[in-house]
Amino acid sequence: MSATAADNPQLTRAADGRLLGGVAAGLARHLGIDPVVIRLALMALSVGGIGVAVYVALYFFVPAEKPEEGTGAEPGADSRRKGRDISQLIAYVGLAAGLGFLFLLFGGVFDPLLWFVVFGTLGGVILWQQANPGRRGQWMSSTVANGTGRFLMRTGTGVLLVVVGVIGFLAFQEQLQNARAGLTFAFTLIAGIGLIVAPWIIGLVRERDQERRERIRNAERAELAAHIHDSVLHTLTLIQRRADDPREVQRLARVQERALRSWLYQRPADAETTVSPALERVAAEVEEEHGVPIEVVCVGDCPMDEALAAMLRAAREAMVNASKYAGTDSISVFGEVEQEEVLVFVRDRGEGFDLDAVPEDRMGVRGSILGRMDRHGGSARIRTAPGEGTEVQLCMPRIPDLRNGREHG
Amino acid sequence: MGRVQDVEEQSTTFSDGAIPRVVIVDDHRLFRSGVRGELGDAVEVVGEAGDVDSAVHVIGQTQPDLVLLDVHLPGGGGVEVLRRVLAQHPRIRFLALSVSDAAEDVIGVVRGGARGYVTKTISGKELADAIVRVADGDAVFSPRLAGFVLDAFSATDAPPVDPELDRLTQREREVLRHIARGYAYKEVAKELFISVKTVETHVSSVLRKLQLSNRHELSRWATARRLV
Repeated sequence: MSATAADNPQLTRAADGRLLGGVAAGLARHLGIDPVVIRLALMALSVGGIGVAVYVALYFFVPAEKPEEGTGAEPGADSRRKGRDISQLIAYVGLAAGLGFLFLLFGGVFDPLLWFVVFGTLGGVILWQQANPGRRGQWMSSTVANGTGRFLMRTGTGVLLVVVGVIGFLAFQEQLQNARAGLTFAFTLIAGIGLIVAPWIIGLVRERDQERRERIRNAERAELAAHIHDSVLHTLTLIQRRADDPREVQRLARVQERALRSWLYQRPADAETTVSPALERVAAEVEEEHGVPIEVVCVGDCPMDEALAAMLRAAREAMVNASKYAGTDSISVFGEVEQEEVLVFVRDRGEGFDLDAVPEDRMGVRGSILGRMDRHGGSARIRTAPGEGTEVQLCMPRIPDLRNGREHG
Repeated sequence: MGRVQDVEEQSTTFSDGAIPRVVIVDDHRLFRSGVRGELGDAVEVVGEAGDVDSAVHVIGQTQPDLVLLDVHLPGGGGVEVLRRVLAQHPRIRFLALSVSDAAEDVIGVVRGGARGYVTKTISGKELADAIVRVADGDAVFSPRLAGFVLDAFSATDAPPVDPELDRLTQREREVLRHIARGYAYKEVAKELFISVKTVETHVSSVLRKLQLSNRHELSRWATARRLV
């Protein structure tokens, strides 16, 4: 979800994840780095008073982010983030107060001792923040690679800052000589313990990875199981009950197949806005009503408009006719969106009929297909002969000018 | 149609009544026995396999004329079988058979070397026809595959890197369009006033372009289809 650091978003004040005015969060998002870094930098600047000015200036000059609907964050995460916001804010304020106090105590930005103390504290803050239970939970549950990289970077920075702070402090106090023996001893001890504990820690980490993978897999399995239970098992039960009616069995199987396919391959569900899914939906509806399988192949896509909607109604009529009268067990539908026109072919290999023998007053073919296409500036052709099947060819210009020209001419 | 003969210099042509030797590779045993039953005497089934390793082994041992290959297989999928078998036995033909509608599966297996793609809902007789056709060295496109190919090669703003491979001729488009409309080869031939052999040549040439074109749109398009 948060892997968009590469394409730098515009600099705005962030609406979510902000602590005060969203300046730091927005800037961090723009630069693609962690907001903590920005916040600490701003705070360090604030010790001299510049940071506050910078913050206020940015607050007024940077536009606020437009609130977006459904940015993908689930409500649970959101509330957790809010809870952390306040505690984080308190931590930053406390830190700022401490820094101000130290500033007063040591008297001056130029006292190196102050800077070592600052370094040490900053490192400490970063490390302690890693131990925040909320963050740890987040880190363990999702966005594996991304989270781990950031975690390592933060931990590294924290440790470095603390070490620099401590050693600098000691050196400055001229205690380093005295402390050397103790430090050597401590390092040796830590190295020894590290050697003993490392395999165990690595084991723990691996176990955790394993556990996490298992958990994700279980969640997927549960979702799949729920889906199969809701739809597939249900259909299989129906099929067993209707075993004596082959047509109904086939219909049920097809409906289920289509549902499962759209679930597995996630075809676009929005049938109202473009031609291709709309054609597929029309075919699905006719198939469900009349029980004759319809194979749809679509090439290209374009937005729907009124004339294309009329074309789909004509195509629907053609499919219904084929289902009812052709006496065939499959219908092919092919839709093609070209630069200048949209074509739909509805073809069956059924009985076919003599077009001239159809009475003038029968609405099906003349009114619903030929007439409808004509009225909207398109054209329709029906090719059929007894025993050779039927193909209805529909054509609708995509550019409205062409349609009007045809109507007037 | 003289040039067609040069391409089809085969020792056996199965359309003349010789029975192709076939290996069925599919991880569902029920489906394998179903296909075996439906094909009946039209082909000689010389082996079956349920995963990639055993498929490579069985194909290497039996040297069939044609392999009916499922796209989804444990151990790397149909593409992996194609890669390993074609490296050693380039003469063996593959016909992909799948329930999958996913464009990247279809395009992937054809680019991997399969000479055709049909869905598992195909009837026994149509499947037998397709097998004979592929075993003879022709290509078999289902309406859906034809649609995918038309889509993938559809006009884009980017100029083709290799015009010979990156574009379909008007005639090839016409043939594919008819296949997508549900026409059989024979019907396409009648419709366009050409011979069935010429239809086959056009389809084979489209297959070659599909397999050899480096058009990055092909892969990008397949990925986009998946994301949609």
